Amino acid sequence: MDGEDAAMAGGTSGQAEQAIRLRDLQFSWSGRTSFRMEVPDLRVARGEKVFLLGESGSGKSTLLSLICGINAPQRGTVEVDGTALGSLSAAARDRFRAERIGVIFQMFNLLPYASPLENILLPLSFAKARRARVADPRAEALRLTAGLGLEADLVCGARASELSIGQQQRVAAARALIGGPALIVADEPTSALDAARQGDFLDLLMQQTEAEGATLLMVSHDARLAERFDRVMDLSQVVLTSREGPGAGG
Amino acid sequence: MLLTALAWQSLLSRKITVGLTIFAISLSVALFLGVEKVRTGAKASFADTISDTDLILGARSGGVQLLLYSVFRVGNATNNVTWESYQDIASRPEVDWIVPISLGDSHRGFRVMGTTTDFFDRYKYRGGRGLEMAEGARFDDLFDAVVGADVAAELGYETGQEVVVAHGLASFTEHDDKPFRISGVLARTGTPVDRTVFVSLRAIEAIHVDWRNGAQIPGQTVGADAVRQMELTPGAITAAMIGTKSRLQIFGLQRWINEYPEEPLLAILPGVTLQELWSLIGVAETALVGVSAMVVATALLGMAAMIFSGLAERRREMAILRAVGARPWTILGLLSLEALLMAGLGVLLGLALLYGGLLAGRGWIDQSFGIYLRIGAPSPRELAVLGLVLLAALLVSLMPAWRAYRMSLSDGMSIRI
Repeated sequence: MDGEDAAMAGGTSGQAEQAIRLRDLQFSWSGRTSFRMEVPDLRVARGEKVFLLGESGSGKSTLLSLICGINAPQRGTVEVDGTALGSLSAAARDRFRAERIGVIFQMFNLLPYASPLENILLPLSFAKARRARVADPRAEALRLTAGLGLEADLVCGARASELSIGQQQRVAAARALIGGPALIVADEPTSALDAARQGDFLDLLMQQTEAEGATLLMVSHDARLAERFDRVMDLSQVVLTSREGPGAGG
Repeated sequence: MLLTALAWQSLLSRKITVGLTIFAISLSVALFLGVEKVRTGAKASFADTISDTDLILGARSGGVQLLLYSVFRVGNATNNVTWESYQDIASRPEVDWIVPISLGDSHRGFRVMGTTTDFFDRYKYRGGRGLEMAEGARFDDLFDAVVGADVAAELGYETGQEVVVAHGLASFTEHDDKPFRISGVLARTGTPVDRTVFVSLRAIEAIHVDWRNGAQIPGQTVGADAVRQMELTPGAITAAMIGTKSRLQIFGLQRWINEYPEEPLLAILPGVTLQELWSLIGVAETALVGVSAMVVATALLGMAAMIFSGLAERRREMAILRAVGARPWTILGLLSLEALLMAGLGVLLGLALLYGGLLAGRGWIDQSFGIYLRIGAPSPRELAVLGLVLLAALLVSLMPAWRAYRMSLSDGMSIRI
């Protein structure tokens, strides 16, 4: 497990210039559906901000769950921040995700019964190295939320369920960023916001990601958001999906 | 630590359902422990019905039967002990004291017992407590009667009042030519003494002096004043309480009585026979414990159902936890911890309910049922039961927790609602 622990600590593997590297990947859900996907080659460079354009049903969620180590491919390799996830056990992949990846969902990002601050500090309790990088977690959370335009009163006082969706998404962004994970994965983070706020949120997210030196991978079906990113990829060209076999045609 | 805080906050956010679940568990725990307290209290009170009496003598029958009619005033003697045999035994060197008991008559549903005033000194209960007079004095005159606390309370008797004894147990013929005067009322004991009317052995003889075969002999009635002049030596008694000079002599005397050649007799050790009797009653006791255990099980299943029904709307919570790095086992642990917290709170609240109820109700219970409930720290057995409740809660919670575990494996980070 020493090798794994070293991998967990992260941040020092400077030789890997790729934040994400998928090669010859094949994945199918065991038994359930005939859905099958292949990713011949996907690279995201360190510090890059990449936009993956894709409709729902194009294998988007599956791809993200593979990158985050929730699922393991049947064939091929997934490397995140220089670590091959295939070499890790399921438990180690969970720890790896806690240490290196911040995730932002479309909505319902927060535990409704906890305060925004507690939500932001949540990943630190699963990630030792990330926790160690933060001297004062509370101050760091407030610094991040201030950068995202949230008032301290709101972050500490309210319950997460009392926040507007826009505020909730910013809290989710702060949670993804705290402790400086190498990779931020955002799954349609703006689709629950109205058009005027989408731009604001993305600007803040990008600023903060850049300030933390993290890599950003965002998936969305909304092509209008693409212009802010370093690189835009069409999901249908990166991921080849097929729905053949007994369950096809549905 | 984080897990505990999360579980706690999650419970707090569902105050009403969680509160009701905890309340159900606490009620079931209080019921279970209450039954346990009453059971041990009743058992102790039962075993304490008679103490310091070494042997009980009667005509040969079953030991339990002898105990039932002589001490509990339940059922009837099949035979009597002749006065000669009684005298024989009373004169044995091992016998320290002997108190005769004569039963057979009743007064408005309460048994009448003929005995000597020695009874009031020799009868002990609850580990050596003696009888005390609540008012008045012991019987002195031939037609004096002492009544137990229940008799006085239910019939509204006071000292000085006149009462008439009925012949037999459920008969309409009364010894109304020889009424008794109540000389005293005994303090409450919580034993069958409370439901007994005491008269002297000579009085029993006196009211039956002109009776043959359950009816008064026509034309040969003897007046109450005339009977005082007669020699009233009983022909037979029903039973007798015996104290020996040394405990070592109990078994020797018992054997001697059981092998008495003139008449078939039986001597029993009250403590041993009480145990035997309790083991008969114990079936009801087991049923009571069984029912209250079922109530606890029902409350715990209710908790499992509550956790189950909450799973669907908590799927996103699990997806969030998975996304920040929680393992599926953490999700399982979280749900089990919630169940443990609920059961733990239920147990604490149940204990509070129990002791509150005991403090409030034990005086009344002792007064009404003669069951003395001790208030003390939970016994090791009760602590074991509480531990079992927590363990059962943990086991029961594994059903929904396992389902959550499976769900979080299959859902991963995707939020399904």
